[in-house]
Order: sequence, then C-alpha cells, then structure tokens
Amino acid sequence: MGVVESYRLRLARKRWRLRAMRKSRELKVLANRTDQIKRGDLLVFSTLRNEDIRLPYFLEYYRDLGINHFLMVDNDSDDGGGDFLANQPDVSVWRTKGSYKSSRFGVDWLNYLQIKYAHDHWALTVDPDEFFVYPFCDTRPMNALTDWLDACSIRSFGAMLLDMYPKGRLDQTPYSRGQDPIEIASWFDAGNYSYYRNHKYHNLWIQGGPRMRKFFPQEPWRAPALNKIPLVKWHKDYAYVSSTHMILPRGLNLVYDEWGGEKASGVLLHTKFLDTLSVKAAEELARKQHYAGSREYIAYAETISRDPDLWCKWSEKYINWRQLEILGLMSRGNWA
Amino acid sequence: MSVGIVMLVHNAFDRAEEVVRHWHGAGCPVVIHVDRSVKKATYSNFVTALKDLKNVRFCKRHRCEWGTWGITAATQSASEMLLADFKDVRHAYLASGSCLPLRPVQELIDYLVKRPRTDFIESATIADVPWTVGGLDHERFTLRFPFSWKRQRMLFDRYVNLQRRFGYRRKIPDGIVPHMGSQWWCLTRQTLSAILSDPDRAIYDRYFRKVWIPDESYFQTLVRLYSQNIESRSLTLSKFDFQGKPHIFYDDHLQLLRRSDCFVARKVWPRADRLYQAFLTDAETAMRRTEPNPGKIDRIFAKAVDRRTRGRPGLIMQSRFPHDGHENGVTAAPYSVFEGFSDLFVDFEEWLTKSTGCRVHGHLFGSEGVEFEGRQSSYAGAISSNIAMRDHNATQFLINLMWNTRGERQCFQFGPRDSQYISWDIAKDPNAQISVISGAWAVPLFLSNRNFSDLRADAALQQKIESEHLNALRSSYAKARIRIWSMADFIENPMEPLQTIVDEISIKGLRRLSEAPKMIDLTGFGQFLQNLKNQGMHPYLMGDFQVEGAPTNAKPNPRKPYLVK
Repeated sequence: MGVVESYRLRLARKRWRLRAMRKSRELKVLANRTDQIKRGDLLVFSTLRNEDIRLPYFLEYYRDLGINHFLMVDNDSDDGGGDFLANQPDVSVWRTKGSYKSSRFGVDWLNYLQIKYAHDHWALTVDPDEFFVYPFCDTRPMNALTDWLDACSIRSFGAMLLDMYPKGRLDQTPYSRGQDPIEIASWFDAGNYSYYRNHKYHNLWIQGGPRMRKFFPQEPWRAPALNKIPLVKWHKDYAYVSSTHMILPRGLNLVYDEWGGEKASGVLLHTKFLDTLSVKAAEELARKQHYAGSREYIAYAETISRDPDLWCKWSEKYINWRQLEILGLMSRGNWA
Repeated sequence: MSVGIVMLVHNAFDRAEEVVRHWHGAGCPVVIHVDRSVKKATYSNFVTALKDLKNVRFCKRHRCEWGTWGITAATQSASEMLLADFKDVRHAYLASGSCLPLRPVQELIDYLVKRPRTDFIESATIADVPWTVGGLDHERFTLRFPFSWKRQRMLFDRYVNLQRRFGYRRKIPDGIVPHMGSQWWCLTRQTLSAILSDPDRAIYDRYFRKVWIPDESYFQTLVRLYSQNIESRSLTLSKFDFQGKPHIFYDDHLQLLRRSDCFVARKVWPRADRLYQAFLTDAETAMRRTEPNPGKIDRIFAKAVDRRTRGRPGLIMQSRFPHDGHENGVTAAPYSVFEGFSDLFVDFEEWLTKSTGCRVHGHLFGSEGVEFEGRQSSYAGAISSNIAMRDHNATQFLINLMWNTRGERQCFQFGPRDSQYISWDIAKDPNAQISVISGAWAVPLFLSNRNFSDLRADAALQQKIESEHLNALRSSYAKARIRIWSMADFIENPMEPLQTIVDEISIKGLRRLSEAPKMIDLTGFGQFLQNLKNQGMHPYLMGDFQVEGAPTNAKPNPRKPYLVK
C-alpha cells in the first residue's frame, strides 16, 4: 500500500467525481421531491430503462423495508415507467437521453445524485431487479441495521448478487406487474462461487452461479462479477468506480474479514431471469450499451434460444435469509 | 420507596421518558443525568415533559464520552443527589435511558428488601477477567489516557505507545486494588455514601480521571473498601460484542428476554416497539411467569462473538476471506484422497463405496473432466463438472465441495495425470487423509496399447509430477494424515493398509473387510519396467519389481485372489 498508489487512487476518485458533475448535465428533472428528505432518512438510488413492469413491486418491497425516499434515473424509457415514478409521492426522478455506456452504465449519473443528496445518509444503490436481503430482514426494519452499523462505526455493507431463476423454461411463467418475482424465479446456486481479492481496490471479486455455469462455461474469467457494496453511509467525497462492485476510498471495499471471522453481510436477490429477459436481451443487443460490448447479452441471447433452462438438480429453492446464512452465502456477523 | 434509580440519558428521550414514568409509577424516585453534549432545546423539552412527576430530579450535567471520566462524574453527581433528596432510599440502582425493566418493579423492590445489606456489583480483579479490548488490561490502571479513543484514535494509540516505550507507570493510590466489572450496579445507601464521602475521594478521583474506561472500574474498585456483602454480579442483563460494545435487543428477542433472570436489560433499540409495549406495563398485565433460562441468552450472544471472531471453518464467502494460515480450518470436513488405488484395482470406486458408505468420486481434478460420483454433470451446490470452471479457482472448487457436502465424507482419486493445482493445498490441510501407492500410475501405461516411445515420455513426465507431489506430502508444511507406500510394498500385503484406511473413514463402524478389491493382473509388469529402464528412463517410485526370469521348468504360478479371514 504505497503512498504513490494511494495518491493515484485519490486522483482517480476526484476524476470520477468531476466526471459525475459533467454527466449531470444530461439529467432532466421529471419530479424532484428531495426537499422531503429528512435527517437520517434511508435512500434508494437506481437507474432503469424500460422496467415499468417491475416498478410497482420494487417500490413496495423497499417501502416495506423502511426506505424513505427513492432517487431514480430513467434512461429514456418508452414504456411509461418514468411517468409512473413521477407520480409516486416518495420518488424523485430524472430523465436522460444520454448514453448508458458513456455514463459508465449509470454510475456517473448516480454518483452525481449521491454527492448532491446522499451526504450523511445511508444510501442503497440497487437495480429494479435486485432485492436486498439482510440478516433479520423478516423481523427488523432496515434502520435497525443502519443504526447498528452506525453504532459499530461501519460505513459500508456488502451484499453479493445472487442470481435467481425459475425451474423450466424462462418464458414458461410470464411475470405480471406488481407480482413478487421470487414467486417465479425462486431457485439459486448455493455453493459454486469463486472469490479473488482485487489488490488495487481491495474488494473481493466474486464470480459463479448460473451465469458462469450456463453462459460462460468455457471462459469462466469472463463471467460477470457478483460482488456488490450497495449500502453505504454516504459522504460527498465518495465515488462508486464500477457499478456498485467497488467504491473509493477503497477502505469502504473491506466488507470482509481477513483473520478468520465473518463480518455481517447480506444478499441482493437478482431476478433478471424472467420471461422479460428475451425481449430485453434482443433490445440490448441492438443498443450495444452494456459492459464489455454487451457480451453478457450476446451469451444470453444465444443460450436462451437454445436451452432456456437454468435449473439443475442441485439448485436450491429460496426460503428466507436464515437459509442463505446456513448455506454460507451471507452472515449475521456479530449482530445478534 | 426503598429503591431509587440513577439514570444516565444521552439520546432517545421519548423512550427514556417512558421508562422514567414506569419506574416512577412503581414508586421509585429517579435522578436523571443528561449528557452535556445534548442540545439545550432537547434537554429543556425533556425536562418539561417530566415536569408532572414529583420524585424526578435532574442533576448537574457532565460531558459523557465513552471511555472517559465524564460518565463516572455523572454517576457521582446523580448518586449524591439521590441520597440527599430521597432519605428513604435504601438501594440505588444505576440504569441508562436505554435500559428496559424486564420484570415488574415491585419484584425488584421485594427482592432488594429481602437483601438489605447486599451490594450487587460485578467486581473482579483485572487478572481474572477475559473481557478486555484493545490489549489494554492492567495498563488501563498504570498508563494515562487523556485522549478520546473514539475521536482521537491516533493520538490515543501514539500516547499509549510512547508511555510503553519509556516504561512509564502510574502509581496506584495506596489502599486500593483495581477491580473491574459491568458499569451497571445496585448499591446500598451505606456503601454508596461511604464511597462518595470518603475523605480520600479527591485522591481517588484524580487517579481515576486518567484511567481508561473508569465507569467500569471506579465503583467496582472502591466498593471493595466499604461493602460488607458484595454479590459480584449485575442485576442488569448486558451482553458485549468483541469490541466491548453492548449488544442491542430488538423485538425478536422478546421471548428470549422473558427467560432472563435479570431485572433490567441493556440496551434496547429505541424503535423496538413490541419490547417496550410488552415490558412497560403494570404488574397484572405483565408477562406470564416463565422459567428463567439465562443460559440461552448467553449462548446466542457468545455464538455471535464467535462467528465474528472465528467464523465457520471451511467457509469462504463475501464477508469471510481469510489470509493464509488464518482460516481456522481450510476445509469444512475431513475427506480422503486416494492416489494410485484406482490404477491398481479394478472398479476401486465401487468397492470403496460399498465398504465405507462414503461418497466416492473419481478423479475430481482429472485433466479430461471432473469425475463426480456417478459421473454427474454437476454436484452439491450446483458445482459444475466443467474443467475450465474448476481450474478457474481449483482450491475453492475443493473448499466449496467440502462445504456443500458437510456431514457426508467425500473421497476422491488423485494422481499425476490430474491437474496439480491442489497438490499443496491438500498436503497442508489437516482434514485430508491422503493414501498414496507411489508409482501405480505406471499400470495403465503397462496395460495400454501405445508406442513405447510415447509410453516412455509419458512415464517420465508422470514420475516427475508424482515425485513433486510426494515432496509436498513429505515437506514440513504437510499437516494432512498421509500414508505412502511404494507399489512393490503395497502389493506384498494389500489388505492390511486397506483395512486401516477403511477403519478410519468407514461410517458403518469397525468390521473386517469381507471382500477385497480385485487387483489388476500384473504378470509382465516387471518386464515392462525393465523395458523402460532399458530405454534410459529410470522408474523408481514403484519400488523394486523382479523381472520374471528366463523360462524354467517351474510351473506357472497364477496369482491367487487374496484370501480374507
């Protein structure tokens, strides 16, 4: 951990923040209700494109956890999702026609909003298909968690992405608006993940699950990263580097213990794999706005048309957070 | 009015008010200390809210910061006021604003009336307590701590190091022996007033002002001077995590707290509505009596500390990624590795499954494929049989497999034809039982129908790989249970080693092996080795095999199947 490298990362962080400021010019206000945000409120940040069908349940789920305000960026949806959000009492929404790719997959837009509105708040950054699960989430609201993190002087909380999928063909059961997607995509891979440490940013690099097994079996190193740090007690000097996989300053990436113990952690249930994916994959292929030349979507499109079943006989059916903890996918650490 | 409450409050004033009303309603006078860092407006709102209660007092305010003298000073001021203003008080109970009475207050009063001379305060000499944080135990009393641990951590640490370097030691005032214990006590008027009006109090105060966390040692030490009857335990339930911070109670702890044998719990999350509702009711509607079972509470919180500090052995996950040597068990469960056995015996895997009842895999690390039991395309935890994915992180492939199959012993074959990534990992893993028949890799070569020059090259390579692997197994870092036989030694008497291995891992209990695995016919193997030697390749790992001699008149003596008694 040289001084030079620390300094370099400091410059990088400043650069990302400048870039966020510049990219903020692409954002147009649809509804700004941020004056409602009170001290200590829990905030959700999200970018989306044509996710109208998922929005009602997304809002319901996070309202139930005790989120006070949603700050969303609508990247040029044409399905009415932006207007739906603009009519919600606890949502502020910005619209942009800017390029998803050149805003580094939404990170720049959200960094800007976070710098502006999230300072000194707990900020949860999730996509509309990600559902945050934390220890005791069935009995304790989310501010129990954030109060505890505050009391322990912990500033960031890790939650790896857990890909959920249905049994059978993806298009077998259509998803309907307002439905809990876990009812359809209720299966996951319990124990086939690979963990490496990123020596530059100090985060863990996690891969595996059905996406590696099904879409990248011959090139596993290309499988998407599953490590995420979605919940951060935001400070205006922070900046996400690449999605919510890593953040600067890099001390925030140390959401794992290196001396044998377990820190508390959660899971993001990722419900991408529904019948809606095939339409989405076709569209994203045409737009080419995703990470690494959208190779993920190319793989989806190929595999899904050929053999659209991600389920195998060792798949595990989701019950609750305690199950995930027993399986070793998350931990309550010393929170009891 | 025999019990008075000393209450320290610094936040969650609405909850504190509820608790004050609860104490007061049961006839206990309350003296409240509010942290001086609390804003004036908040303070005066709190005072106004409690105006209607006649036996509630507010004492002089001190700035309270964790680990510093302020908390002790606050306790002193409030205690003095309690003793002076409420002459009937016999016991003073120290509580905080986030403490919650678990049992009807009358029970506490009755309990203390029956023990009028007993002081309830946890007080142990420093040598005897394990709960010190930051490596500071005795040094709490012999160094000076003018800096805040929370706000001025760097200065705090540096000043400690500086004092250590120069061997600085404070003198402990004469007549006292440092004791430590929970901050929350219940003392009799006699003891408490004796401590507060001690002629030497100025000396003690000056000393404790620079002790670290004096609220855990001031009263705990001085009580030893005056008390006639100390019961060294706290009537307040408080559990601490590995950093010395109190665990917080939530709604889902309700049933657990009902089983506590303590009178008060600390500390409760201010928004735990159900807890406040359930416990802050009058005696009639209060909880049904349940048999106290404090052990259960202890276990839950001890487990939490253990999970945070030691974790679950054999687990690698997003919030547990131990450095080498700090894994507390690299793998989750014992497993067995067999090297050379499947080369030497026909259908060895089936035989092993039958005789041990374990899960027996083929060559999990084979270069052509991952041979799971029954040659399935995936296995427990949805581990794929794809070799690229296995080799992407071979060590964690093994760790994942052992974690996913906890409770069921796994066996697999290994050899020089396999990918060797895990060679050192298994050698260093105490959970591994590794049995090697060295040189048995030559048998498949011997049986194969290939050009001899290819065979020779292949044999040389495999011998080199196996010899490197054996170096790992024989190194001083190896911690596995390792047995190595040369092939020549093994076939002399194969049943004995097999019996030993099987006895160690069998889940069916000890019994004699009833069936031997069928060994491959080795007629001509000696000559095969000799041919290799003649080609300039020196096979040595299998031990010495006699070349079948020149034809003689002796009858051919076919190898007998091994007899089992």
